[in-house]
Amino acid sequence: MLDLTPKELKTREALRINPCKTCQPVGAMYAALGVHRCMPHSHGSQGCASYHRTFLSRHFKDPAMASTSSFTEGASVFGGGSNVKTAVRNVFEIYNPDIIAIHTTCLSETIGDDMNVYIQDMDIPEGKYVVHTNTPSYVGSHINGFYNMMSGFINYLSKKTGVSNGKAAIFPGFVNPGDMRETKRLAKLMGVPYIMFPDTSGVMDAPMTGRFEMYPRGGTTIPEIISLGDCKKVIALGTITSAEPAELMKKKFKIPFSLLPLPMGIEATDRLIMELAGFSMQDVPYELEEERGQLVDILLDSHQYTYQKSCAIFGDPDTVLGLTAICTEMGMIPKYVITGHPKEDFVREADALFGKYGLTDCKARANADLFELHQLIKNDPVDILIGTSYGKAIAKAEGIPFVRAGFPILDRYVHSYLPLVGYSGTMRIVEKITNAIMDETDRNCADEDLEFVM
Amino acid sequence: MRQVAIYGKGGIGKSTTTQNLNAGLGEMGKKIMIVGCDPKADSTRLILGGLAQQTVLDTLREEGDDIELDLVLKKGFCGIKCVESGGPEPGVGCAGRGIITSIGLLERLGAYEADLDYVFYDVLGDVVCGGFAMPIREGKAREIYIVCSGEMMALYAANNISKGITKFANTGGVRLGGLICNSRKVDGEAELVEAFAKELGTQMIHFVPRDNMVQRAEINKKTVIDYDPGCPQADVYRELARKIDENDMFVIPKPLKQERLEQILMEHGILDA
Repeated sequence: MLDLTPKELKTREALRINPCKTCQPVGAMYAALGVHRCMPHSHGSQGCASYHRTFLSRHFKDPAMASTSSFTEGASVFGGGSNVKTAVRNVFEIYNPDIIAIHTTCLSETIGDDMNVYIQDMDIPEGKYVVHTNTPSYVGSHINGFYNMMSGFINYLSKKTGVSNGKAAIFPGFVNPGDMRETKRLAKLMGVPYIMFPDTSGVMDAPMTGRFEMYPRGGTTIPEIISLGDCKKVIALGTITSAEPAELMKKKFKIPFSLLPLPMGIEATDRLIMELAGFSMQDVPYELEEERGQLVDILLDSHQYTYQKSCAIFGDPDTVLGLTAICTEMGMIPKYVITGHPKEDFVREADALFGKYGLTDCKARANADLFELHQLIKNDPVDILIGTSYGKAIAKAEGIPFVRAGFPILDRYVHSYLPLVGYSGTMRIVEKITNAIMDETDRNCADEDLEFVM
Repeated sequence: MRQVAIYGKGGIGKSTTTQNLNAGLGEMGKKIMIVGCDPKADSTRLILGGLAQQTVLDTLREEGDDIELDLVLKKGFCGIKCVESGGPEPGVGCAGRGIITSIGLLERLGAYEADLDYVFYDVLGDVVCGGFAMPIREGKAREIYIVCSGEMMALYAANNISKGITKFANTGGVRLGGLICNSRKVDGEAELVEAFAKELGTQMIHFVPRDNMVQRAEINKKTVIDYDPGCPQADVYRELARKIDENDMFVIPKPLKQERLEQILMEHGILDA
């Protein structure tokens, strides 16, 4: 497995091998699926839409609905105007969504299709909406696509009436439906009225009912998105993923925001809880105190098995920062912390986490790939690898335990239903990591050392 | 802030006229930014005194996304801010995409947030693809001037550009402010361009006579106003600047059919010997 990966590291400028990211439209499509009765629309060739849908379906094990402008040679010469106009007419007629959220692709971006003008020219049925965002895949990663699509919805729909709705706008970050459910549970427990945007819970983790629903129950509703302009505050989770839409809300509607890391680990979850408490001016209920206390208990109990264990973490920037925070709280050494998303803020934030625990030999890299991660591990191994499905080949090649966390996980089930965020999400990760380490000990120890009580 | 795009046939003198006109506006105390949208990156040479300008796209390629505005924006004559979009070498890549990328980057870096009276876009040749229409899309340039002469192909190009403007005018709100005649000393030139402008529904805002002074100033890497402020040609550009500053005639052009264009040429373009 991966026998040809050389140990010697060389500086590469252009080439990425086994990239640690995917392209903008995947994120845009996922964000659009978090809007109730929304049809994501890919303005490009059919292959783009097929790939992005497959990518999402394989992670969530649920269908990701989307339509496409079906570009042909003609569209690439004359522009995709007539294609998208016909597409929008057909989609409203045949699939009857309440809103179509268009994102562009490499081809339509290079042609320079002016979506503003196309949308102004469309005959949009009464009471229906069409919004768009620009998502050239050759810029950034799926993370950009996710927040660009959020900004697209806000730009087109959100309004300030001048009368506050008394709610907090919660931006969950690029996370699973299970995480969004957990964040909403925390907000409810803290007595915070909220609008979560986007919200893929109830869409990408919809239950089996025996009947196919093109638009399941979940998702932020259009009236809620319109009402975002009247929120009192924005609580934006994921410092890299949610920064731009939060700033847009401030610029457009003068709504202040708190930009927090994903609530992963005790410290980051505490910050969210205090933020929510500051909003509702309510005390933290015993239910949450209890969960937090349980998590501290678990960390203390398992500490002897995780203390000073080294790990490599890779995936989406905010998720990786969250996992890094949890690992440091477990007493582990996050030796390599890597994202494919090209944003140097990631490195600064990871370095800050290392600094907090006095860790000097840890390396954080943005715009990196799994080839490089593998080389790093070959030179100086780690005890455990944590990340997306794409790490399994490295784990196999190097014979190290592997914990799946983040996006995408294509080769396992259930992950998208349960949280990684909050005290309960942190418990899950602690359990996964501790189990992986202890299983490894059980598998490799001498017979006489096999313990029943650990 | 008025955002103005200058279009016209290749080689007609868009960059020269734009810079000389901007020198005039600069002299009036206007705060100006010029965005060169030509891969040749020669739209700001006279304002900057020939300084080799680091283009936005070169900077992007070498430094990556995290760049400072100062790196690509230089100040020249009368404090005029200059940016060159740049682009690929002839025969490779996509220049249109380059313009989309660099204008997007300028917006992100806050180039438009400064206190400006004018932003000028000096755009290459014809409107050939989506990229070259970028400056006249919604929210950007609202005014267009077409530089032309009395030559057949210059008018033909101006007519084609008008077709492009019409397309964006109905939705984006862009308007044609007039034709600038950069004289080539052809027969009945002023009358011909005026007649053509009238047919388009616009005006010939100014007639710039041919004068060797322009060439002399250009060789010295200067605008005429900078090189010889007292010469008559400097006053021509001052007059053009004043007319544009005071212009209130903004129209959606009515492009001509090919036959009608040829007819106007027949009527005005040939003087009896």
